[in-house]
Amino acid sequence: MKNIRNFCIIAHIDHGKSTLADRLLDVTGSVTAREQQAQLLDSMDLERERGITIKSHAIQMDYTYEGEQYILNLIDTPGHVDFSYEVSRSIAACEGALLIVDAAQSIQAQTISNLYLALENDLEIIPVLNKVDLPSANPEEVTDDIVDLLGCNPEDVIHASGKTGFGVENILKAIIERVPAPKGDPDAPLQALIFDSVYNTFRGIETYFRVFNGEIKKGQKIKFVATDKEYNADEVGTLKLTQIAKQSVKTGDVGYLITGIKTAKEVKVGDTITDFANPTTNIVEGFEDVKPMVFAGIYPVDTEDYEELRNSMEKLQLNDASLVFAPESSAALGFGFRCGFLGMLHMEIIQERLEREFDMTVITTVPNVSYNAFTNKNPDIPFIVNNPSDLPDPSTVNRVEEPYIKATIITKSDFVGNVMSLCIEKRGMIINQTYLTPVRVELTFEMPLAEIVFDFYDRLKTVSKGYASFDYHPIGMKVSKLVRLDVLLNAQPVDALSALIHADNAHNIGKKMCEKLKELIPRQQFDIPIQAAIGAKIIARETVKALRKDVTAKCYGGDISRKRKLLEKQKKGKKRMRQVGNVEIPQQAFMAVLKLND
Amino acid sequence: MVDAICKEIVLRKCEIDGEIATIYFGGGTPSLLTNVEVDKILSTVYSTFQISENPEITLEANPDDLTKAKILEFSNSAINRLSIGVQSFFEHDLKLMNRAHNQTEALECIVLAKKHFENISIDLIYGIPEMSSEQWIANIEKALSLNIPHLSCYALTVEPKTALEQFIKKGIVPPVEDDVAQEHHAILIEMTEAAGYDNYEFSNFCKPGWESKNNTAYWQGKPYLGVGPSGHSYDGNQRSWNISNNPIYIKKINDGELPLEREVLSTRDKYNEYVMTRLRTTNGISLKEINENFGLIFSEYLSKQMIQHIDSGLLCVKMDAIIVTKKGKFLSDGIAADLFMINI
Ligand SMILES: Nc1nc2c(ncn2[C@@H]2O[C@H](COP(=O)(O)OP(=O)(O)OP(=O)(O)O)[C@@H](O)[C@H]2O)c(=O)[nH]1
Ligand SMILES: [Mg+2]
Repeated sequence: MKNIRNFCIIAHIDHGKSTLADRLLDVTGSVTAREQQAQLLDSMDLERERGITIKSHAIQMDYTYEGEQYILNLIDTPGHVDFSYEVSRSIAACEGALLIVDAAQSIQAQTISNLYLALENDLEIIPVLNKVDLPSANPEEVTDDIVDLLGCNPEDVIHASGKTGFGVENILKAIIERVPAPKGDPDAPLQALIFDSVYNTFRGIETYFRVFNGEIKKGQKIKFVATDKEYNADEVGTLKLTQIAKQSVKTGDVGYLITGIKTAKEVKVGDTITDFANPTTNIVEGFEDVKPMVFAGIYPVDTEDYEELRNSMEKLQLNDASLVFAPESSAALGFGFRCGFLGMLHMEIIQERLEREFDMTVITTVPNVSYNAFTNKNPDIPFIVNNPSDLPDPSTVNRVEEPYIKATIITKSDFVGNVMSLCIEKRGMIINQTYLTPVRVELTFEMPLAEIVFDFYDRLKTVSKGYASFDYHPIGMKVSKLVRLDVLLNAQPVDALSALIHADNAHNIGKKMCEKLKELIPRQQFDIPIQAAIGAKIIARETVKALRKDVTAKCYGGDISRKRKLLEKQKKGKKRMRQVGNVEIPQQAFMAVLKLND
Repeated sequence: MVDAICKEIVLRKCEIDGEIATIYFGGGTPSLLTNVEVDKILSTVYSTFQISENPEITLEANPDDLTKAKILEFSNSAINRLSIGVQSFFEHDLKLMNRAHNQTEALECIVLAKKHFENISIDLIYGIPEMSSEQWIANIEKALSLNIPHLSCYALTVEPKTALEQFIKKGIVPPVEDDVAQEHHAILIEMTEAAGYDNYEFSNFCKPGWESKNNTAYWQGKPYLGVGPSGHSYDGNQRSWNISNNPIYIKKINDGELPLEREVLSTRDKYNEYVMTRLRTTNGISLKEINENFGLIFSEYLSKQMIQHIDSGLLCVKMDAIIVTKKGKFLSDGIAADLFMINI
């Protein structure tokens, strides 16, 4: 046990965690040259394509240091704020953390929030100044920033590059010398923490755990404490690039377990695994359930695909327990699901996975946060509104509360004005401003969560020329003046386009919404009036003019092939549209409200 | 170039097994050819392939190239049909479209051509910015009064990177209005119909019996061989097209290589092309033919897809043929796309 080290890699998004993990795997000989590829641990297609980590990934390495054999369990974590729960789970299985800081970008919002998570769990922090190979790297200044943040010595900061492999030996040395070996009693009853679970089509749910006391043996009768269910440990082992089955996984080590469980819900991440006959009395406290932040309807483009969509969503949930959904129906779109997501990126990813992994073409409706409505009749009992159309009749509503967040933005001092104006426009209230260095500022706001759903990230990027990072935490509900903005197409209300909006912004947003929809809805054989309304009052209107001419002049020998391809493309586009009444609405139109400023 | 074209014809000998019914000199400026050159190409064609008894041999030309001497010269060749790019009989329109000829040349060349050729087609363009309905009517009247047996009338499309596009962008010329084009189209249909012309394809009109055999073949999905740079060919299963660059074309041909790219058509591609081209013709789409050539899946699919457009009055069924109605004519690309099959 004294030769085991458990550590995770944490950082702000894109600071190079997964690339540095690649180098650690190379240097320790954990992957062969043939197996090598960039960001090897980002195994999902989507992760590879987008170049981001979505899920934590654990892997075991063997390393000989000063003549001794060590087992190093590494967990690579995602940097994006939507997936910060993945970080907190990984942290719970480790004694140490590599805190990676990009030598050009320095400390960013998630650097700080992830560091705090690690410190709360008493992890040994090893700061790594990464990407020192970059011409724009600023090693002295950024080292100072890190020293300021951690209160460590400049010598403690390891200079490295995931690209060139520089400094990797030093990192391994620091892991062995500075991260404490796991403590625990090998002879005590089994106590293991579930920190992740993965769905495998052939083997069912694979449960990833960290043993704190005792050991878990193949064939052992075990119990999950929180769910109070018993299982047989059909297979246990450690996590190399492929899984290595073992007779047992011992105290301090990290491994996987297969029990034949088929549904992800049965495995609660944060739960404790113990021996059935001789259970532990040490129950480590689990994790809070991840709460969805954003809700949206997901509907099949073709109404006949509803059942297939349900199947796909269920399968997706096996992989991603943070996805929640419940059936709902919409007058415009028929049957579908109201889904809860961790954030906008998560929503985008779910939609994309449905399309590529399950070949489902879906419409995602305008996303919203979860509101509490209080009626005059029941002024103390909140009525939860996860869908704008659930908002009770305004005349019966006593008040509506919306979720607020504490938002932290780190930017350059040049952009403080821009960022503040944006946040104020987004109904934010500044509560703190700290100069981290003379040129880098941390701004703290309280603002409605709903405002970051609507086109916040893109605009933050624009107003700061890319030099702003953002992190947030929910801080509870506050009373707000909200109205429901409805959209009518061809005089028919389309419920899937409704949004709850602050009353003061409603006119402006209604107008922009009509303009945007005019851009997105293709011309059809008749004029299509677009109207925005609050209650019975029309506040904005536009018209999509009828299509008069849709025929090319010439269609001779050389034109046929090109023209066919053009029309095929057009038809493909139409297949992604949904007919509401007699109006064809393209998929993106339902998200129009998110892109009003493009 | 003529040598290369002849070489290509020989190289592609085995690509055609049936009889050739129509030969077309088109694309670029074939009117630059001398009679000797025309003869050289035609004799290569005749010695390489089997030619039907009375082939249609068309030459495409612009009025400014068709001088008296040239017309006389061509009348002594095997060419028996002229397609003349008149575009308009009005100076203003010709300037706007950046044409090399003027209104006098347009008229004169037709009068001259008529002396030596019976089978003549002219191109006319409508929907030109600032073109009034009266002007368009005058254009059609002129064509009808000249008693030309075949008209190709095209709604103006503003092609990217043309002077016209620049003018419109800069506001020097008002943009093309669909409503205007639609009105001109209606006028065109009415006047040609009254004069006894048959609108046998969306843009083509002829006196009975004067259809262009060449173009009709395209819409019937018949095989064709296109030689020379940018020449497009179809053998019933695959489409191919030559590169457009002249020097490279000549070099490759001289090396005995065919400078072309190919694309093999799937049944679905062929079905889509059938729908797209047939919808433009008076023959329309035949469900029976679809059933025979593509199978039941396609005919059933089509039957289902067409209902919406029959409901909205854009399509109608007449004697086993599905054709676009007057109302649907101007929207026929969109209708075709709706009838397309994308995945099986
Ligand atoms: N020049 C240079 N580029 C690097 C280095 N490390 C990573 N990168 C690049 O930085 C980008 C992000 O790298 P990743 O390893 O995916 O970053 P990450 O921290 O895992 O990102 P998330 O998991 O999405 O938070 C990629 O384009 C890498 O090629 C480095 O040391 N030097
Ligand atoms: Mg990563």
